[in-house]
Amino acid sequence: MPKTKSKKIDLDAKKAHHLFYQMLLIRKFEDKAAEEYTKAKIRGFLHLYIGEEAVAVGVIQSLTDEDNILCTYREHGHALARGLDAGAIMAEMYGKQEGCSRGRGGSMHLFDKSKNFFGGNAIVAGHLPMSVGMALASKKQKKNNITCCFFGEGAAAEGEFHEAMNLAALWKVPVLFVCENNLYAMGTAIRYTHSMQELEKKGAGYGVESSAVNGMNLMDVINAANEAVQKVRDNGKPYLLVCNTYRFRAHSMFDAELYRDKKEVEEWKKRDPIPEFQELLLKQKMITEKEIKEIEKQVDTEIQKAIDFAEAGTWEPIEQLTKFVYSEKETK
Amino acid sequence: MSQTIKTTYREALKQGLREALQNDDRVFLMGEDVGRYGGAFAVSKGLLQEFGEERIMDVPLSESGFVGAGIGAALAGMKPIVEVMTVNFGLLAMDQIVNNAATLLHMSGGQLNVPVVIRISCGIGRQLAAQHSHSWEPFFAQVPGLVVLSVGTHEDARGMLHTALQSPDPVIIIEYTAMLNLEKEISADSGAVNISKAKVIKSGKDISIITYGAGVYKCLEAAEELAADGIDAEVIDLRILRPLDEETFLASVAKTHLALIVEDAWRSVSISSEISSRIMEKAFYELDASVKRLCGVEVPIPYPLHLEEASVPQKSDIVNAVKQIINP
Repeated sequence: MPKTKSKKIDLDAKKAHHLFYQMLLIRKFEDKAAEEYTKAKIRGFLHLYIGEEAVAVGVIQSLTDEDNILCTYREHGHALARGLDAGAIMAEMYGKQEGCSRGRGGSMHLFDKSKNFFGGNAIVAGHLPMSVGMALASKKQKKNNITCCFFGEGAAAEGEFHEAMNLAALWKVPVLFVCENNLYAMGTAIRYTHSMQELEKKGAGYGVESSAVNGMNLMDVINAANEAVQKVRDNGKPYLLVCNTYRFRAHSMFDAELYRDKKEVEEWKKRDPIPEFQELLLKQKMITEKEIKEIEKQVDTEIQKAIDFAEAGTWEPIEQLTKFVYSEKETK
Repeated sequence: MSQTIKTTYREALKQGLREALQNDDRVFLMGEDVGRYGGAFAVSKGLLQEFGEERIMDVPLSESGFVGAGIGAALAGMKPIVEVMTVNFGLLAMDQIVNNAATLLHMSGGQLNVPVVIRISCGIGRQLAAQHSHSWEPFFAQVPGLVVLSVGTHEDARGMLHTALQSPDPVIIIEYTAMLNLEKEISADSGAVNISKAKVIKSGKDISIITYGAGVYKCLEAAEELAADGIDAEVIDLRILRPLDEETFLASVAKTHLALIVEDAWRSVSISSEISSRIMEKAFYELDASVKRLCGVEVPIPYPLHLEEASVPQKSDIVNAVKQIINP
């Protein structure tokens, strides 16, 4: 279990409040999504990010709007942290055409090109090669943006992880690989899936600089991500950042969690990144109890608005079923 | 009549590539051995020296990795041409092609275009045995979201790439290694060709022979032999295996009232199965006899020449099949 290191917050209060807001928004959004799932408003697979909020929030705050982001199917948190509208995300999960992917993708396929948010990719490790290609394009076009690719430790067992690491290092392209190690590839613990469980060591085999961080502590993630992003930006080379974290909820809504001990989950919940960050904020007198209440209220309002937006959304007419298989317009 | 030049299929492909690289700075070629080696089949020989290593990229043996990277580069504004050495290795990139290239436009609700061109060499007939002798066009042609081209002629070898690069959607170009050294006359000003319509390669009135890829020249030769026997066969090159241009072959069947479909691919669940169904569905009453098919025998392709030749339709098989249909 990772040890918390950061005992202080080196942020201005405004930014600290914003990040606290984002973590809380993700937590409550996911709780709400689970609730809507039980009401069958959301169908298909639903993978919740509860417990891992510090990773998406901590890493994404280190990126600029021009940087590309690619994620896995457990990406609601990243989409919210990137600033996608909560209503457009909820509508997407409802399957409404007002959703961020016009309802065509659902929970696992959130996209917003205007925010350089490239999914929502549900073939484990399938997006890693694409992230290398996007970074290659940036290099060829002499752009200064970087590409940030999130994936789980399950993906690090796939061949595409190894191919992508090799290509990125070989081509010297600016991609930040963020491994969200939540210890379980679906229901199989890391000790059964990786011969080398200190995943950051896998970088060495490819000459990719790497480090591991306590993914349950927002400030630790922020510090590690800021440093990693700066390196990628400065030297144009890939970096592997392993965030050791834990998901509090089941893998998906179909998961009976037979593979892990309830006591283990309870132990990890003691390291919940949200109360931990809140406590730090209070201790450093960067927030008041009243402000916390106010933030909670704002989060509740935003989520209610998201639900209302999704509810009011419309179904795409069946006549449009075969749209978006091929482009309607030619590119230049 | 315009001037013609003699060219090999390989040279036609290379000129198409050169022109693409000259025309657009966003275009680059990546693939195994495309640079320093000169291309596994010498198609890209000399291009590294002409365009430099930024444009002609040798890649490691990571089919899924570099095809995925091509998709990513296309997403981010480049126009990559990804060469997969042979279709058998292409299976290692199938995840990227099917799960990413073909789905992103749709899953994103129309936001993301993937203008990648993936060139794959394919075909049977060089005694390369079961793991290197394939006619797998049907695998790709099954997938909505892909444009699948089959390069059956020298004109298309010269001109399909140019048009494929204008497509906002992923294009798979299937090329045929067995044809690389084949020399033909093409118009000296050959260039861009359409990638939306099948083509009547030889007009005729007695029977429609519908084919693609490695079948095109075989069927043309068979048609010449049949002409000597007074049979006037029409030969259609499908060219685009997805989305299919059914108008051209349906119009042909409406004219000749007889159809033979020829392909090297395995018979079951093939391109010919699809063409046959569409003729049944849409031109049934035009037919004077049932549609016939000549396809690859359903066997992993064996090494010895006589068995290899027996695995795919030959000119004599086509001639005999047509005669059978016309004079049963």
